[in-house]
Amino acid sequence: MTDYLILGADVLGNGPTDLVLRDGVIASLGADTAAPRDGVELVTIDATGLVALPGLVDLHTHVREPGREDAETVLTGSQAAARGGFTCVHAMANTEPVADTAGVVEQVWRLGREGGYCDVQPVGAVTVGLQGTQLAELGAMADSAAGVKVFSDDGKCVSDAVVMRRALEYVKAFDGVIAQHAQEPRLTEGAQMNEGPLSGELGLTGWPAVAEEAIIARDVLLAEHVGSRLHVCHLSTRGSVEIIRWAKSRGIDVTAEVTPHHLLLNDDLVRSYDPIYKVNPPLRSADDVEAVREGLADGTIDIVATDHAPHPMEDKECEWSAAAFGMLGLETALSVVQQTMVDTGRLTWEQVARAMSSKPAEIGRVANQGRPIAVGEPANIVLVDPSATRTIDPRDTASLSRNNPYAGLTLPGEVVATFLRGRATVRDRALVTPLVEGQVTA
Amino acid sequence: MIKNLLSAGDLDRTDAIRVLDTAEELLGVASRPIKKLPTLRGRTVVNLFFEDSTRTRISFEAAAKRLSADVINFSAKGSSVSKGESLKDTALTLQAMGADAVIIRHHSSGAPHRLAQAKWTKGAVINAGDGTHEHPTQALLDAFTMRRHLAQGGDGSLEGKNVTIVGDVLHSRVVRSNVLLLQTLGANVTIVAPPTLLPVGVDRWPVTTSYDLDASLEKADAVMMLRVQAERMNASYFPSAREYSRRYGLDTARLNRLPDHAIVMHPGPMNRGMEITADVADHVRSVIVEQVTNGVAVRMAVLYLLLGGAADDTSTTEGNA
Repeated sequence: MTDYLILGADVLGNGPTDLVLRDGVIASLGADTAAPRDGVELVTIDATGLVALPGLVDLHTHVREPGREDAETVLTGSQAAARGGFTCVHAMANTEPVADTAGVVEQVWRLGREGGYCDVQPVGAVTVGLQGTQLAELGAMADSAAGVKVFSDDGKCVSDAVVMRRALEYVKAFDGVIAQHAQEPRLTEGAQMNEGPLSGELGLTGWPAVAEEAIIARDVLLAEHVGSRLHVCHLSTRGSVEIIRWAKSRGIDVTAEVTPHHLLLNDDLVRSYDPIYKVNPPLRSADDVEAVREGLADGTIDIVATDHAPHPMEDKECEWSAAAFGMLGLETALSVVQQTMVDTGRLTWEQVARAMSSKPAEIGRVANQGRPIAVGEPANIVLVDPSATRTIDPRDTASLSRNNPYAGLTLPGEVVATFLRGRATVRDRALVTPLVEGQVTA
Repeated sequence: MIKNLLSAGDLDRTDAIRVLDTAEELLGVASRPIKKLPTLRGRTVVNLFFEDSTRTRISFEAAAKRLSADVINFSAKGSSVSKGESLKDTALTLQAMGADAVIIRHHSSGAPHRLAQAKWTKGAVINAGDGTHEHPTQALLDAFTMRRHLAQGGDGSLEGKNVTIVGDVLHSRVVRSNVLLLQTLGANVTIVAPPTLLPVGVDRWPVTTSYDLDASLEKADAVMMLRVQAERMNASYFPSAREYSRRYGLDTARLNRLPDHAIVMHPGPMNRGMEITADVADHVRSVIVEQVTNGVAVRMAVLYLLLGGAADDTSTTEGNA
């Protein structure tokens, strides 16, 4: 056991405070000198100039295990998450085999616990094999040890309106949520990049905004009709923001996420034909980037989720159309949010804590994550140095993959320490490895 | 001169005219009994074709051989590529064999750019058609053909000429390269297609667009018909081949409405009876066969200029570029 005395941390940007982390919880808050306990190491951390946030919660992570352990495993994904300040990630269901049974989700959940770097909360597939036709055993996954609450065919859209309606209805029985990858499949056959002037110029098949917006519009109306809860994954266009804004004004129970890459990067990067910029939904126009920033700032978009999507080198070191869709995101998410939203004055750190911790935990119904920084709460804390800058080097990663679209960019902010229930997973800006005290228990 | 030819937009007006003027000189070689120059002796040129295109490949092959280069033909079919070898490994292999130029044809837009920019090969990269993106040497041979038939500007450009391009603009690499090069050379381009076969954002191209072929004929100095693939019909781009042909095909009646000096072009291969009738294809004003002849001369010029054939003494860099 180790107790931590954190001195002078700027909690949620509201001013310096001391914290004591003991027995997995925040034992005290405010000016404090923790007395050493017999047989327990007391580590004092000078957190002057560091911002303390609740441990980040990602609602959208691909850990690739089971099936593609060459790209990422639950352990390496968890380590990347910890380095990014996350204490909980939701592992998407598009593994091999697909996480569409209680057996697979329990396996992923157990691997996360054994790793101990963050809580890995499996997402269950909506339909068997992500095929979009027959509902997977959603109840069995909800009742499993993994306690699945979030269901998604992410990577594919639940495009059949009846299947989507039934899924939305069915999960009401156990307070679940359907996280939709909004992509009308017929409008995006062979799609390679955002459809716009540039796709015409580059001769790449376009992925039109309407293919995303049409599904979101349909789904919010379905959610309203059946009185269920909808979550929209990786929203990327101005039109999508407007539809969500309209739906919320009608009182529809919908939440939406934006990825860090859609907050920072635009489709002009595709000019290079470098597939490091190939992602689904695609990088959009500069105007769409501005729209999602506005949406996140005014609360239309509830959360930032990474869509961390590791791919082996050979799936990116090739011609554009042969390359895989996806980008890494866990280790850079907070920096991108700081650059685009905090340093621009659009979000306070307290609002960042909401968008990256408390709200995603609430959507995922994760009880012990995303909690306030208060006495008695779980000691899930991240300390960030907002004055640090770093030039992104894809080799400097805990992930097994290197498909980092920020390579060479200088981004602000660095995670100095991450605590999961009072145990450090990151210390002195580096991963704690091995976790000397063995596995972290719930 | 530029190092690679990836896009017709890589050529400024001076370079473009230089290629065309060089091609003019080299065209004479084809009419000699011995159709060969020693310029690229000892150089290795690779035809790297990931997509079947016998016409373009033999055109480049003939061009390279007439300049005395050693030519290696690498076709994806029946090679390691069909066994799953990546573009990168193929390129590294060719590099290891000392390719001075790689002429690449690929079904993926941007593949030549990857080859050049990822530095998988040190040789010059020439785009021989990438996906639905570009085909710069086709545009050069088209401009060359226009220049020979239409009174040219004093600087060898196509200043003020009216070129009408008709057909599947959305999927055409020929049209993208032609628009870029013709703009550079000062021509006015009109694009005619059904709305379904125009890309989003075409309003930002430096062209006039029209859905009406009949309204776009009377001022044309050249009409270029694009190939329309039959499979587009199944994807609802247009209702039927016959309707397409009625609305956008070039037949004798439409030919007669062109100015007397106007020429008819087609990059080939043609769908006779679809975008062009047999009568028009074989008409005296059709320069379609001549385009093929000119293709060899233009590709000779590109190889000559890119591989430093214009340098004072090529022998010192032989096999070492």
